[in-house]
This record gives sequence, C-alpha cells and structure tokens, in this order.
Amino acid sequence: MSTLTLDRYLARESAIHAADARLKFIATVGFILTLSLLPVGAFAALGLAWLAVIIASGAARVGWLRTTRGAFFALPFLLAAAPLVFTRKASPLGEIDTGFFTLTVSGEGLKMFATIALKSWVSVQAALLLSFTTPFHELVNALRRLRLPSLMVAIISFMYRYIAVLADESSRMMRARAARSASLDGRGGGSIAWRAKVVGSMVGSLFLRAYERSERVFAAMQSRGFSGEIRHMGGRKMRRGEWLALGTTAAALSGFSVVARLWLPVA
Amino acid sequence: MNNEQPRVPSAPGHGVESRWVEVEHLHFIYPDGLEALKGVDLVIARGEKVALIGPNGAGKSTLMLHLNGINTPSHGQVRIGGATVDRSTVKRIRAEVGLVFQDPDDQLFSPTVFEDVAFGPLHMGVPIEEIHRRVESALASVGMSGFERRLPHHLSLGQRKRVALATVLSMEPSVLVLDEPSAGLDPRGRRELIRMLRTLPQTLLVSTHDMRLVAEVFPRVVVMDDGRVVADGPTSVVLADSALLEAHGLESP
Repeated sequence: MSTLTLDRYLARESAIHAADARLKFIATVGFILTLSLLPVGAFAALGLAWLAVIIASGAARVGWLRTTRGAFFALPFLLAAAPLVFTRKASPLGEIDTGFFTLTVSGEGLKMFATIALKSWVSVQAALLLSFTTPFHELVNALRRLRLPSLMVAIISFMYRYIAVLADESSRMMRARAARSASLDGRGGGSIAWRAKVVGSMVGSLFLRAYERSERVFAAMQSRGFSGEIRHMGGRKMRRGEWLALGTTAAALSGFSVVARLWLPVA
Repeated sequence: MNNEQPRVPSAPGHGVESRWVEVEHLHFIYPDGLEALKGVDLVIARGEKVALIGPNGAGKSTLMLHLNGINTPSHGQVRIGGATVDRSTVKRIRAEVGLVFQDPDDQLFSPTVFEDVAFGPLHMGVPIEEIHRRVESALASVGMSGFERRLPHHLSLGQRKRVALATVLSMEPSVLVLDEPSAGLDPRGRRELIRMLRTLPQTLLVSTHDMRLVAEVFPRVVVMDDGRVVADGPTSVVLADSALLEAHGLESP
C-alpha cells in the first residue's frame, strides 16, 4: 500500500466522468489555451471562464470548492510573475524604499500580474477538474491515442506507476533516519554540513535503488516479450456524439475569445 | 502432508519431455569479473516441480535469468523443450518460460492490472480477443478476477504477488520459474500460494528460503552453493540430510 495519494480521481456518476478522456483532455487544453490568449485586464472574461469551471465542477459533482481551493497550490509559481509589478514603468502608483534601492510599483505591472495570477488560477482549476474526473491511466491512454510520441507516453506511464514506489522507499529511509536521530538535551542535530551530507547520501542511495529497479523492470519486460517497441491494444473510435461535443467545445471557446475581445470590458 | 504429490515426475522417462529444461555446464561471469555460475548441470522433466534452495549469493537468481535468455551464458548452454536458448530462439523461449521476479513492483510496471497481465500476450503477437480471454483466465487461476481495473499500488503485497504470477500465466508458458514467491507473505498469503503452486500444471522451478514450502509442494530439491549444484534429489532425502543443509548455510524444516 502506498503512503502517497497521487490519485486525485474522485469516483462519481456524471456525464463528465463518463465522457471520453480524449475529449476531456482536448477541451481542457483548449480552455487553458483560450484563457492564456486573453488580453491583459480581461477580468470580466476571466470571471465568466471561472463561472464555467464552477458550473462544470458542479455538473461533475466534485464540488466547486474543491477545485477552487485546490488551485491555490499553484500560487508559488506566481512568484515568477511578481517582478512585473516593479519592472514596468507605466502609471506608477508609489515607491518602496528598501534601504539599498527604490522599487516603483507600476499600475500597468500590477494589472499584468493580476491577469496572469487569475489566468493561472482558473487554468489550474480546469486541469484539476480533469484529474478529478478522469483516472490517470485513462488520461495516459488518451494521450497515446492522440498520437503523443509513444516514448513520452511510456515515460509518463512509468512515472505514474513508480512515483508511489519511490515515495514509499524514501519515506522508509526518512523513518529509519528519524529512528536514529535521538538527541540529548541541548545537543544533537549535528552541523548543517553534516546534515546536508546525510541528506545527500540518502538522495544518492535513492537514485541507486531506482536505477537498479529500472534494470529489473527492464528484465521483467524482456521476459514478457518486450523487444524495444511498446505495443498497445487499440481503443474504440470516438463516437458521433463525442465528435459533436468536441465541435461544440471548439466553437464555444472560439466564440468566447471573440466576445472577450470585442464586447467584454477590459480594464 | 504431501501424499497426493507424485514422488516421481509424471512425464515419460524418455524423449524431450523428460529433459524439458536442460542446463549444461553453465558458466556465467558478470561484467565485473564475478563468477556467479561455475558449471551448473540440471535436467528437469516436463511437469516436474522442483525447488531451488541455497544461501544468498549462491547463484539461484542468476541461473533463473538464464532460463529465458535474459542472461547469456559465458560457457555452456540452456535448452528448453529441446531448443537451445540463443538469439534466434529467445522470443519463442520467453513465451515458453514464464519468469516471475521476487519483487512484484518490478514485475508489475503497467498502470492497471489488466494492462500488466495483457503485456506478455500483446508483445507475443496474440490476437486481441484471445488476449482478453487469456487475461481473464490468468486472473481467475490466481483468484484475482475482478481486479482488472485496479492499480498495482493499491493492492496488498499478497495480491500483487498473485497478479505478478498472472502476468506470466497469460503467456501460457510450459515452464514457470519463480524467484522467492513466499518472501514477505503473511501466513494466509502463504497458504494461498501453496494451494496455487500445487494446482499449477506447469513445470515449476522455484527458488526459496522457505523450507516448509519446499516440503509441502516440491517432490524434488536442488541445492546450490557458490555457483554450483551441490545436491539434487528427492525432497525427503535432501531435507533429512541436516549435515548437508548446515554445510551450505541452510536449515531443516
């Protein structure tokens, strides 16, 4: 049993759960692409997009709070966009004096940052909805049938299978270390350098174990007839209704982009 | 305890059936120079159930990896059903010899149980409908029907071990080679394994440290130590020879 819960899939009865994984994947990627192409300050359009995700979450019976809250885990990545607030020059709002240099807060930069933050927040919610409603192995199969390079799909599939095994192995090592990390009052713990050395050798030994396992897995694959080419059982073709749904999604997303540019207010 | 098991292999006493698995003067030297096998000779008749015992590092696993051509002998040869294991026969041999690794996490590398059990037949070129039938019957014979959609890391060790066995049963091999199948199993898992091993019709070569398992399932025992076969005979005789067992770091059941 794994200590790691990698699977976000929530088994529910809904049309979204039942839909073909390929359809869901394309729709999600299309949605995220549409969002990312929205102009800076298109807050009304982003609000509408968020509403769409909330409605879809409701329809999939996963609860809108779950997707909304879940999306906050992507916040740290926003740090990359944070400098925009200070590097833009237009419409300065104020200054921050750090003692070494002065940072100018730019209104334009702030608007860009807010747009990026909202875009990524809504996008992550859409991706979360996909993972809540689609088992990971079905997603992998969908990627394969969408003609992603088979080596890439194989890597994703192995990653999914073995990340839990690796996590188990590393948590066993951590436990073994914790069991021997007793300390007397006021002493113990060791220097930073010593601790770094311990962690370093743990990482190294984890790598070696993973490497050795990969050789055994390869031998197990060879034993069962693998000779360099991964084969798959073909899946069913997309049904008429699914093509229709795909067309509708594409039309809705393009329509939304046009409306967002021409009629919706942009800050 | 073992009355229903024939002492003598049921296979005919002549022809290729009596020499279904044939290991001849097998030497194997690892790339780092370690000589893991120092001239192993072993003959197993079709349908025979043989236990392979010996201390760690005796060469049991190395020998097993030769039986389906994962390792290539440095000297000597291996024949399965009369066919020498080499580059030209290795694909056919791998369908004939099902090798199950000790750690089911090595054996089960697919996202779902179904995909894993289907992997062997699929890569052997078995038609799709036939694959479905084989997966179903392989899972049924290890008592894991209905687990097709499950993910390997959601199964217990005992369940994973059974699925690992199913992944080679679906290839419908005539020989099963199992590396320590009872390692890590709880008593119930072990009992289920013993029941399963007894009912399997295939030729069996099973490496193990579990002497009670040996006594209960296998009429014949091969003892290896330091890259050689040091004893080979009926289980009752070999396991009664405590001097021999002790000399090779083993214990009587």
